[in-house]
Amino acid sequence: MSDPAADHRELIVALLGPAGPELTCEECFEQLDRYVDLELAAADADRAVPGMRAHLTGCPACRDDHESLHELVRTHSP
Amino acid sequence: MLRASSSGTVLPVAHERAATPSAADGLDPDSRRWLDELGGVGHAHDDAVARLHDLLLRAARFEVSRRRLALPHLRGGDHDDLAQQSADDALVAVLAKLDDFRGESRFTTWAYKFALYEAAVKLRRRAWQDRELPLEPESWSLMAAGGASPAEHAAEGELLGALQTAIAEALSVHQREVLVAITLNGVPVDVLAERLNTTRGALYKTLHDARKKLRRRLAADGFDVASAGGELV
Repeated sequence: MSDPAADHRELIVALLGPAGPELTCEECFEQLDRYVDLELAAADADRAVPGMRAHLTGCPACRDDHESLHELVRTHSP
Repeated sequence: MLRASSSGTVLPVAHERAATPSAADGLDPDSRRWLDELGGVGHAHDDAVARLHDLLLRAARFEVSRRRLALPHLRGGDHDDLAQQSADDALVAVLAKLDDFRGESRFTTWAYKFALYEAAVKLRRRAWQDRELPLEPESWSLMAAGGASPAEHAAEGELLGALQTAIAEALSVHQREVLVAITLNGVPVDVLAERLNTTRGALYKTLHDARKKLRRRLAADGFDVASAGGELV
């Protein structure tokens, strides 16, 4: 059963997007590999790539791409 | 010389590289080996290209498998055709952009993202092909239900009501359609971009501008928008 408060919160986030500065989709793609390797090395990826977390919050397609790359590298690193 | 990948990206045809780029200094040994072999000639080069294609195909199959549930009508052979096509397109992209690799990640992570991107775009388009894109709100009922929420959530319900008004009054028709399609109706941005004959980046800019307008309007209406929105956790 869905939680109305959580549904509202999710809608507000989706409609208003991130409050702060964010990367563009092109900048996100450019930096995505570096960001994921830093995340998986337990480094401070958000500090190294400012605006990435905000963009991933605001852009569903880039968020999806990030989840895929993170999971692939985590499980299939040569 | 240019060619168009099947996902619509225009890419230069891969060409033999004259030398390992100086920007590659400080690479990890595995990434260095990839660059040296892909930038070389002869059997070592050909073997490296074949291994790179295998790597990209693995990534494309991973993506297809991950999204398989969203495409229940596709048969197994269709899945693999799509993965092969994605790996082929990604190989062209990676070889064309080798000089752009700055060594800020491992080479394999950098290469993977091209295969994932090609597969994801193809899969999203396949999932939405022959479907009319919903550009009008399908979730207004959920937003309207805000007034019926418990008292402790009344503020968010009030904000949602104001947002609905702002969307109707403050945005252009194009901004409203893009915002509604992507955020309320779940239309992927690259699918919408293809239908509207524009780019993913241009559409996201439209979405970004629409969100800024909404924030300004809500602030003018007295809402605390500094704390609204933010990260999905």
